[in-house]
Amino acid sequence: MNPGVNTAMKFRTMRRHIREGSKNILRNGWMSIASIGAVTTTLILVGAFLILILNLNQVADNLEKDVEINALIEPTADASEIKTLGREIEQLANVANITFSSKDEELEKLIDSMGEKGESWELFEQDNPLNHTYIIKPKDPDRTPELAKKIAAFDYVEEVNYGEEVVEKLLRFNFYARSIGLVLIVGLVLTAIFLISNTIKLTIMARSEEIGIMKLVGATNGFIRWPFFIEGMLLGMLGSIVPITAILGGYYYIEQAIGEQTSYSFIDVLPYNPFAWLLSLFILIIGAFIGIWGSVMSVRKFLKV
Amino acid sequence: MILMKDVYKTYPNGVTALSNINVDIQQGEFVYIVGPSGAGKSTLIKLIYREEKPTNGTIVINEKDLANLKEKHIPFLRRDIGVVFQDFKLLSKLSVYENVAFALEVLEESPRNIRNRVTEVLELVGLKNKARSIPDELSGGEQQRVSIARAIVNHPRIVIADEPTGNLDPDTSWGIMRTLETINDRGTTVIMATHSKEIVNTIKKRVIAIADGKIVRDESRGEYGYEI
Repeated sequence: MNPGVNTAMKFRTMRRHIREGSKNILRNGWMSIASIGAVTTTLILVGAFLILILNLNQVADNLEKDVEINALIEPTADASEIKTLGREIEQLANVANITFSSKDEELEKLIDSMGEKGESWELFEQDNPLNHTYIIKPKDPDRTPELAKKIAAFDYVEEVNYGEEVVEKLLRFNFYARSIGLVLIVGLVLTAIFLISNTIKLTIMARSEEIGIMKLVGATNGFIRWPFFIEGMLLGMLGSIVPITAILGGYYYIEQAIGEQTSYSFIDVLPYNPFAWLLSLFILIIGAFIGIWGSVMSVRKFLKV
Repeated sequence: MILMKDVYKTYPNGVTALSNINVDIQQGEFVYIVGPSGAGKSTLIKLIYREEKPTNGTIVINEKDLANLKEKHIPFLRRDIGVVFQDFKLLSKLSVYENVAFALEVLEESPRNIRNRVTEVLELVGLKNKARSIPDELSGGEQQRVSIARAIVNHPRIVIADEPTGNLDPDTSWGIMRTLETINDRGTTVIMATHSKEIVNTIKKRVIAIADGKIVRDESRGEYGYEI
């Protein structure tokens, strides 16, 4: 028989593999339930972590978007010098946009932000001690301190402030949250793959005789592997049912609860649609991936007959 | 066709199972392989269907040089070789019919083809009325016939039987032999490792005798030749 022929899988054969793979799940009873349990546990943790990390990220992004540099202009600068300064700042690489705010506008903002108490400041309207100010938004908030230093070096810039401490802490926090989250998720997924491959290995060991006979009557490795591939994928997808239900149900309440309790604009959880749906899809894919990987890894060494 | 030239086999634990083996078996021959336990009969057989690789020497099976045979082409070599095991190697959860059909499903045959050929081969081994039984409900001889049916259902060019009558009573053994002769009459090469002096001396065929991993005798229409 020519090995070149027959490599394209027949539809009938694929149907057989799916049938066999599904039957194996039922046949293995408790083992299958254990595997599904391992995937479920992992995916719940991965899902919870992703909700936490992605929302923290969102909050951080919002805060970063609010980062702006206030460059106070020396009172001695005249109109044309101020204009030149504006043009020079605009030329810098990391500047997204720059707006001019006169000292009267600055005072107004100050009074607004003070609320009730601000009224006493209205006295200063006659003799405003504030400076004209350029408000600069950086393109890359991570490099705000650098930009601020450059701006401070220009003539006629009296002082630069951008809430150094808050911004720097925030940037550092973001970095750590993202890194730790990533490491945790990778660790969890690897653990689940290990658990699945062990469980499937046990079910395969019970069927090693069957695999041996298949090899001896001339089954190709691909033919033997497919049902296990399907079995692993189904185990993974079954394992993602509970986590997905939890995400779709739970996230709705989280969104409601946080939406009601906070009025800060930057604490704003990702919207249910599409976030909860995308996360569910992602969890389903991760589940299938864990299952397939686990089963394919464990079937490999039984094929060497 | 089976050709072995200067074949040596040493297992990783240092045991030399075969040395200086030279064999040439033509298509359609019936060959007994005799010799005491541990002489190397099973190793010789395993070399043919490539369960073991030789340490040295050339093996050509059905025009394929096994030294150059890629791992992924082994299944296609085995589709031309039917193997009957002493311990049957049947799947205990499947019926007789399913056990035989299994060998064809693996080859992605059409369901109609599978049905026809399984029925035909079960008739040949005389198990048509046991098709729905599972192996545990059968006698040893019947199980061995299922094993033979599975080995030949694909019309392989070579059938290898490793002590197919090993644990069976004399009557059953003769039945098995008749089946193997029928297959041989249809042009299939049959290679049978056996301990049965009675069978070898009654149904006269070519005999290859092995002792201590060497071929000590190779004669057509031979005798068993020595006492155990």
